[in-house]
Amino acid sequence: MSKFVPQPDLPAPITNVGVIGWFRRNLFPSPLDAAMTLAALYFLYLYVPPLLDWAIFSADWFGDSRDACTSGGACWVFVSVRFKQFMVGLYPDAEVWRVSVAAGLFVALMIPMFIKGFKHKAYLGAFILFGFPFIAFILFSGGSFGLELVETNMWGGLFLTLVLSFVGIVAALPLGILLALGRRSNMPIVKSVCVVFIEFWRGVPLITVLFMSSVMLPLFLPEGMNFDKLLRAMIGIVLFQSAYMAEVVRSGLQAIPKGQYEAAKALGLSYWESMGLIILPQALKLVIPGIVNTFIALFKDTTLVLIIGLFDLLSMIQSASQDAKWLGFEIEGYVFAALIFWIFCFGMSRYSMSLERKLETSHARN
Amino acid sequence: MSEENAKKANLEISDKVMIELKDVHKWYGEFHVLKNIDLTVRKGERIVICGPSGSGKSTLIRCLNRLEEHQRGQITIDGTELTDDVKHIDAIRSEVGMVFQHFNLFPHLTVLENCCLAPIWVRKMPRREAEDAAMEYLEKVKIPEQAKKYPGQLSGGQQQRVAIARSLCMNPNIMLFDEPTSALDPEMIKEVLDTMVSLAETGMTMICVTHEMGFAKTVANRVIFMDGGEIIEENEPDEFFNNPQSDRTKLFLSQILQN
Repeated sequence: MSKFVPQPDLPAPITNVGVIGWFRRNLFPSPLDAAMTLAALYFLYLYVPPLLDWAIFSADWFGDSRDACTSGGACWVFVSVRFKQFMVGLYPDAEVWRVSVAAGLFVALMIPMFIKGFKHKAYLGAFILFGFPFIAFILFSGGSFGLELVETNMWGGLFLTLVLSFVGIVAALPLGILLALGRRSNMPIVKSVCVVFIEFWRGVPLITVLFMSSVMLPLFLPEGMNFDKLLRAMIGIVLFQSAYMAEVVRSGLQAIPKGQYEAAKALGLSYWESMGLIILPQALKLVIPGIVNTFIALFKDTTLVLIIGLFDLLSMIQSASQDAKWLGFEIEGYVFAALIFWIFCFGMSRYSMSLERKLETSHARN
Repeated sequence: MSEENAKKANLEISDKVMIELKDVHKWYGEFHVLKNIDLTVRKGERIVICGPSGSGKSTLIRCLNRLEEHQRGQITIDGTELTDDVKHIDAIRSEVGMVFQHFNLFPHLTVLENCCLAPIWVRKMPRREAEDAAMEYLEKVKIPEQAKKYPGQLSGGQQQRVAIARSLCMNPNIMLFDEPTSALDPEMIKEVLDTMVSLAETGMTMICVTHEMGFAKTVANRVIFMDGGEIIEENEPDEFFNNPQSDRTKLFLSQILQN
């Protein structure tokens, strides 16, 4: 009997690998694809160079009034002159350092979260979520520790957008988790309260919620009692987004096999232990894309506070472009706003993807 | 056969009653799944429950740690009656181990963490102590080298042995097995059965729903046959296999022994 000798491996044909292979596979695999590739290239040629020319090459970058904008390209002077207002709104000039300190502290706290091998991520994360907001609040509003009081109606710009989003995110996730657990509870009263809450808040538009919080609510409060407009908007946003979050989390809970619940029970774990240790870690990991989706929606929805007279980044830009001195430069303002929003949303999206990869433990066998 | 009997005789069965069921009934909605179940299990007994699918055998053992509720009758585990009282349920669950058909390991935790979780949280054991104990049990089921891996990286047989170790870490007095080998590839069944045999040799009280008749013959001291939610026949394995009393049992045995 002859012994089995495997044939030697031959090199792959040139059309399969390398640069040529890549082009053939991805750009010109069929005549139709080739035509579409060429059409796409033509459109890029048509639109990209003028766009770059407007935004960068013939743009005006330096100056302090609209007189500096003569070249016909974008007038970024508008943005740089108004930069402080876009960032912090009407926050007093002398106190802006407080916002910078809080921002710097936040960045400094976040850096170790991205360092591999840093051991106390859980504690640091908890501090960022529950300790940092208090420090930031004292810094921002003042009135204690010798800091001058800055009313919330002076807060604005990107600073206000970030405050609203951070509070919204930090509060809506835990509330959403509780609502999702409640909706799946066996206790009829808990269950119906959660269902009614979720369906109510999901059924009304956010604009309505914000209007109600700023116009209707004061009518029902006793005379003389008035609480902060910003706080009311925050509560409205949190309750609204927590209903969405609850449904995202519930979809994760439903994806966990019944056997996981049973194994946790059979080991004698209590309800909260099995939820906290077994079910939620798996369910939340599954719905990271949905959670981040809700976060991003929340971040962008904060621009709606414009209609109740809070000046977030977008409304700051809008009011600046209505200034008689700068009429006609809305486009630069909106492009700038779009860029800022995109940077934050893209950042969240990338972070969620890296988180998903890191938490992946159900690897195929190897 | 005589050698096996001698070996079995060494496994002591005390007079202490561990599990007692009296007139237990259960319904799923309108459907009467368990009918008039009376069963007494003494300490050290190894009981195999078999029967066609839908006969209520899994439901029966799931009632023993309250994964399912019974609606009539009494279930008493080691002197504690199973009622709606959550304290009793928790106490019983922490001393009754259960192994499932689909292992139900926690995929987000390593093998070692799977084993330590319940001792740490339910028994309030210090982490170090729980880990040492867990490693001991992992050695007993012969997979200490997999302790740092995730369940998804193990074969089915290995996962089921981890599941057995995880239950043992709670130091249970009773072990329940719900078709522990039904989801395994043929060549992995043996490693799990071997683990179960050596567990039986330690004198553990075991109730096992299985179709592994070889296991029933060598390990069980009693075989129970169920159909239609009732216990049809109950006997020592030799008698059960060689001299079945009811026609239903004969039919069942002829069908499963054909292949």
